[in-house]
Amino acid sequence: MTTLGIVEVLVRLAWLTGASAFVIGLMRMNSPATARNGNLVSAGGMTLAIGATAVLILAQQLDGDGISATAWAIILVGVAIGGGAGLYTARTVKMTAMPQLVSLFNAMGGGAAALIAIDDYLGLHAAPSLQINVATVLDIVIGSITFTGSLIASGKLMGLSITPSRPVQIPGGRIVTAALALIVVVGALFLWAGNLSVPVMAVILLAALIFGVTMTLPIGGADMPVVISLLNSFTGTAVAMAGFVLDNPVLIIAGALVGASGAILTNLMATAMNRSVLNIMIGGFGGGEGTQAAVAGAGGSVREIGVDDVAIQLAYAQHVIIVPGYGLAVAQAQHAVRELAELLEARGVDVKYAIHPVAGRMPGHMNVLLAEANVPYPQLKEMDDINPEFERADVALVIGANDVTNPAARHPGSPVSGMPILDVDHAKSIVVIKRSMGRGYAGIDNELYTDPKTGMLFADAKDGLAALTAAVKAL
Amino acid sequence: MTPEVETLLNALTLFVIAILVGFAVISKVPATLHTPLMSGANSIHGIVLVGAMLIAAEANDLPSQILSLLAVAFASMNVVGGYVVTDRMLQMFRKKPVAPKADEAAVETAA
Repeated sequence: MTTLGIVEVLVRLAWLTGASAFVIGLMRMNSPATARNGNLVSAGGMTLAIGATAVLILAQQLDGDGISATAWAIILVGVAIGGGAGLYTARTVKMTAMPQLVSLFNAMGGGAAALIAIDDYLGLHAAPSLQINVATVLDIVIGSITFTGSLIASGKLMGLSITPSRPVQIPGGRIVTAALALIVVVGALFLWAGNLSVPVMAVILLAALIFGVTMTLPIGGADMPVVISLLNSFTGTAVAMAGFVLDNPVLIIAGALVGASGAILTNLMATAMNRSVLNIMIGGFGGGEGTQAAVAGAGGSVREIGVDDVAIQLAYAQHVIIVPGYGLAVAQAQHAVRELAELLEARGVDVKYAIHPVAGRMPGHMNVLLAEANVPYPQLKEMDDINPEFERADVALVIGANDVTNPAARHPGSPVSGMPILDVDHAKSIVVIKRSMGRGYAGIDNELYTDPKTGMLFADAKDGLAALTAAVKAL
Repeated sequence: MTPEVETLLNALTLFVIAILVGFAVISKVPATLHTPLMSGANSIHGIVLVGAMLIAAEANDLPSQILSLLAVAFASMNVVGGYVVTDRMLQMFRKKPVAPKADEAAVETAA
């Protein structure tokens, strides 16, 4: 075996090790205790796979494979720019802005996968074999949709004015989206029939890029977690397709792994919201946070309660359950809630947090936010553990959570019917901190708010909590 | 079987097995870790950097060089940013030895 041959074998083994590290890393993310280590294992595998690739390129160069110094310049400059940008943003981003950053990184991955196929296609002199042809077109289409779709999703979460988080209706939007899909399908079939055409590929690319925009723009901000997760899965698939194009096993394995994980996660998130992924993608009833505009007095009578009354209830309670939701994340009130909870605990009140699986913007988002604010992990209770405890709770303090507390989910005939909810209405007394009587993204009234046991404290989550903390201190 | 078909079948085998492994591994993750998991999976598809480096190595004309530079930069951002932000999230799940005791004490006082 030549030296190059031996290096190639070693590189293949390094890639295999890297791929195994990804699987082991994901397995270790099963438990909070080993999760961080799992991520490091995964990162180690990644470093090994990338290092091995550099060695492979070097060996090919030494073997006289016509690899120029320019190639190295491209790789080093690219890694420096991209890696630097990634490192900087990842280290400086606020934890509340983390979902949009993940979406941005996802866009980068999808874009890179599409670029690989585009570059490969431009270098062709004859139509490739059918399997390469299929993989190339799929890589370009999926990668491009992911690229623009994730950028829009990220922009929506950042609240950029060109990409408002409310659903944006494009005139004739569905027709445009359908037409774009048709262009992609017809173009793909034309190429798969054995034609080599850069212009047709360019049309497909353009249509896919626009499709990513028109697909994501009409979806409300509250549904973005599901969309980001779906796009994450798409990127994995695009990377696997790039693996087919380049005949590279590690891209295929890692891409497929992420494709599968993203699909599962997407489905879990959608199921927990009692919605289908299709429903969300088509637009459904998703109004997102855009519907938070005041719809005062929506159905039934509501009892408003003052800050001082709530402070007294909380301070003299034995058991308080805090139910954080989307509004808490939006107002970045995690530190304010921890302060209030610590104050109550100092007075001997037992405080727990009820975490609905889809509270916040992503599953687990509440845990991350509250952990950032140094809320002790054991105080965070998952839905199934906390639900039986609501009956014993003197006060349930709902902060910016809506649909996940709606008792309407228990009986049929409501859009949220069947959705697992927190049994907040079982508590002896309920206080809801909310900016207005606006509806959740399900766009329906919350029966909890008209419950005689419920008092409504109309305030921004952060301001309301700060006022409560001050009032409890003053007691 | 032509070598080409064999290559395809090998690739397809990897693809399908990896999907099944992905299902098996991920379905066991608790909901509280879903966001870090999503971010972790997001960093794993940064493996596309390997592909970007390989096309950069063979880029001999300007369009190819520009495309591969973009691909390398995008993929690097995905890899580096992805792992760092995931680590930051997971850092927050550290066990805090003092705080849980305070919690138990509070429960006892209340009871």
